[in-house]
Amino acid sequence: MADDRDRDSTEVAVAEFHKKIKEAFEVFDHESNNTVDVREVGTIIRSLGCCPSEGELHDLIAEVEEEEPTGYIRFEKFLPVMTEVLLERRYRPIPEDILLRAFEVLDPAKQGFLSKDELIKYMTEEGEPFSQEEMEEMLSAAIDPESNSIHYKDYITMMVIDEN
Amino acid sequence: MGCGTSSATKDKKSEKALKAALVIQNWYRGYSARLKTRQRYALTIFQSIEYADEQGQLQLSNFFSFMLENYTNVPEKEPGLVTRLFGSSIQDKDRQDYLGLIEIPDSYCGPRLQFPLTFTDIDLLIEAFKQQQILHAYYVLEVLFETKKVLQQMPNFTHTNTSPSKEITICGDLHGKLDDLFLIFYKNGLPSVTNPYVFNGDFVDRGKNSMEILMILFVSFLVYPNDLHLNRGNHEDFMMNMRYGFTKEILHKYKLHGKKILQILEEVYTWLPIGTIIDNEVLVIHGGISESTDLNLLHRIERNKMRSVLMPPIPMDGDRAEKKNKLGTATVALGIRTSGSFSEQLTKQEWEQVIDILWSDPRGKRGCYPNTNRGGGCYFGPDITSKILNKYQLKMLVRSHECKPEGYEICHDGKVITVFSASNYYEEGSNRGAYIRMSSGTTPRFFQYQITKATCFRPLYQRVNAIESSAIRMLKERMISRKTDLIRAFQLQDRNKSGKLSMGQWAFSMENVLGLNLPWRSLSSHLVTTDKDGNIDYMSGFQDVHIQKPVKEVQSLIETVYRYRSDLQIIFNIIDSDHSGLISMEEFRSMWKLFKSHYSVHIDDSQFDELAERMDLNKDGSIDFNEFLKAFYVVHKFDQLNKSDTKLI
Repeated sequence: MADDRDRDSTEVAVAEFHKKIKEAFEVFDHESNNTVDVREVGTIIRSLGCCPSEGELHDLIAEVEEEEPTGYIRFEKFLPVMTEVLLERRYRPIPEDILLRAFEVLDPAKQGFLSKDELIKYMTEEGEPFSQEEMEEMLSAAIDPESNSIHYKDYITMMVIDEN
Repeated sequence: MGCGTSSATKDKKSEKALKAALVIQNWYRGYSARLKTRQRYALTIFQSIEYADEQGQLQLSNFFSFMLENYTNVPEKEPGLVTRLFGSSIQDKDRQDYLGLIEIPDSYCGPRLQFPLTFTDIDLLIEAFKQQQILHAYYVLEVLFETKKVLQQMPNFTHTNTSPSKEITICGDLHGKLDDLFLIFYKNGLPSVTNPYVFNGDFVDRGKNSMEILMILFVSFLVYPNDLHLNRGNHEDFMMNMRYGFTKEILHKYKLHGKKILQILEEVYTWLPIGTIIDNEVLVIHGGISESTDLNLLHRIERNKMRSVLMPPIPMDGDRAEKKNKLGTATVALGIRTSGSFSEQLTKQEWEQVIDILWSDPRGKRGCYPNTNRGGGCYFGPDITSKILNKYQLKMLVRSHECKPEGYEICHDGKVITVFSASNYYEEGSNRGAYIRMSSGTTPRFFQYQITKATCFRPLYQRVNAIESSAIRMLKERMISRKTDLIRAFQLQDRNKSGKLSMGQWAFSMENVLGLNLPWRSLSSHLVTTDKDGNIDYMSGFQDVHIQKPVKEVQSLIETVYRYRSDLQIIFNIIDSDHSGLISMEEFRSMWKLFKSHYSVHIDDSQFDELAERMDLNKDGSIDFNEFLKAFYVVHKFDQLNKSDTKLI
């Protein structure tokens, strides 16, 4: 009774997840043959609302890759793995306030901004470093050209508005 | 001791910094990925709608055939209509007939070409067009006549060779985007004996400088006929031009002589070669191939008989001969088309072969399937590519026809390359353009570019916002043009009449009615409102858009006219043989009757009559159809708001 209802609602949820995953996958399936380039898998997973770290992404890719990696990921392998990820609500996105606090950690003097050089140093030397392209991309939107600094609070607000 | 604690603090500090960096990087990568996905989605929308439009070609083509077969229903005084629609191409008019009557006024300060043309004329044109000058109709016609003359000498396929010191450059669709052509010439040099080019079709339509591109390409061709190679694309077709903007551009820029230009252009198109073969290894054609592609046949056919994708060869059978004899005047009308015109048509097989070359697209799925998206040509798989390339001992196929985000794409195991040279094709920021340089024995090299209007490069998120809003607008216009059908489909599933549907139900109806294969779930947040249970308020999709009505009329009539406005545009243009922009009420009415019955549109005649009367603003019995169609446009309620919002950021 209650169990049946639970099972039904899980089945419905799974069916919807399947459709959502298929949609996201198909947009990157350029040749319409149910495969995507492995280099786009990260983008697909993130587009579905998950935020794995680069390390976690690496592991996920290993799960969906062929025995002998071909450079392509097949939908048949991707679907069950991704469904689990969504059902278990893994790799939840980072809330805005945590993000703000992270910037504040890098700005101990509480100036409200980071200099361009400081940001570059942290992003390309610490953690899971940015590539040059990623760094340039982030700077192009984040930097205030007059002061050559990043007012992170405004930046975060702007990005959040843009996403919503 | 002092040292120990300070290094511990340092460690703790750097550990915090590490964690903070990780948080920011993680967040940024997620954000960046979603941005790229939104960009992809926008492109998918543009592409789906573009191809769905092309599918309309098939319907229109069927309509013309239908009209021809049903001409008996057209009133007696209308055989002229049929003649104009299906009349044979103008007799080979004398050049003097056209040019003799045109005078170039002294006040003309545009470029003046000198025949025989030399490379200085190429420079001259480029400089003039950079300053937005317009080439006088006299020169346009001269160039067109000369081009036709030279093209007539050329075989269906141009054979050319490269060498390590003489690479060839292949460019894809340009679609009237002059800036892209300028950029290519700037980066890659002007065409010359040592710098050969292949332009792989679709030079015109959509962009606003199709004429200028055509003039530069044709003049360059006349100066270097053995080093500048032109392939015909599916838009080098006078009927496609009627729908996709080139006809309009010509009539606008050349108010006096536009009609003459259109007539000659129609013929020039038919003489463009079908393809180019480089070093006997690389086949360059505009669209693609099918499993039945027969290059030997294609080498032999009389390519100039291929007038338009919308004019397939008419089957000649006994039935038709009967009709011919029964009706008096109509005989003459039909006679122009049928009698003695067996020789004016390609066979069905030949025609289909050419359509395949101009319209097909490669796909990953093996085999060969009708290209239902476009309504012509087919989808061909890697096995078809291998089969055909092997059959003719070729190594590679280079084609265009499809917009690619990076300007080019390689598929079918490296055997098929798509090259597309119109950057920002759908919208500013939508895609890069590219060209290929290659020579025998070396790997092809790709060069990409993107025209940007902004003096400083806008950050990615702004560019994505722009193309996303544009794509969503187009999608909403689609929705509103099918509003009645959509609501019917929604209501069928909404048993409780609650006004709500599940995501699955909504997505299903949208896909079915609109015929667009899009990621509806992901797009739903832009199109409709969802409640906290995840159910969709389906009427919310129509809230902030409506079709501006010229008069108070029944919703479905407005919708129908809006939906078919591109087709109606073509039909009007054909009826309006003197390109005056006006057609008579009689013609309008009889056209509508035929249109209605073929497209199975259920609109009361009286409503339509009333609408037509109102549109005859001068009350002189003629309708300015451009005004008529312009009156049906979609108003987006929040346009004003959107504009001011972007200023804030």
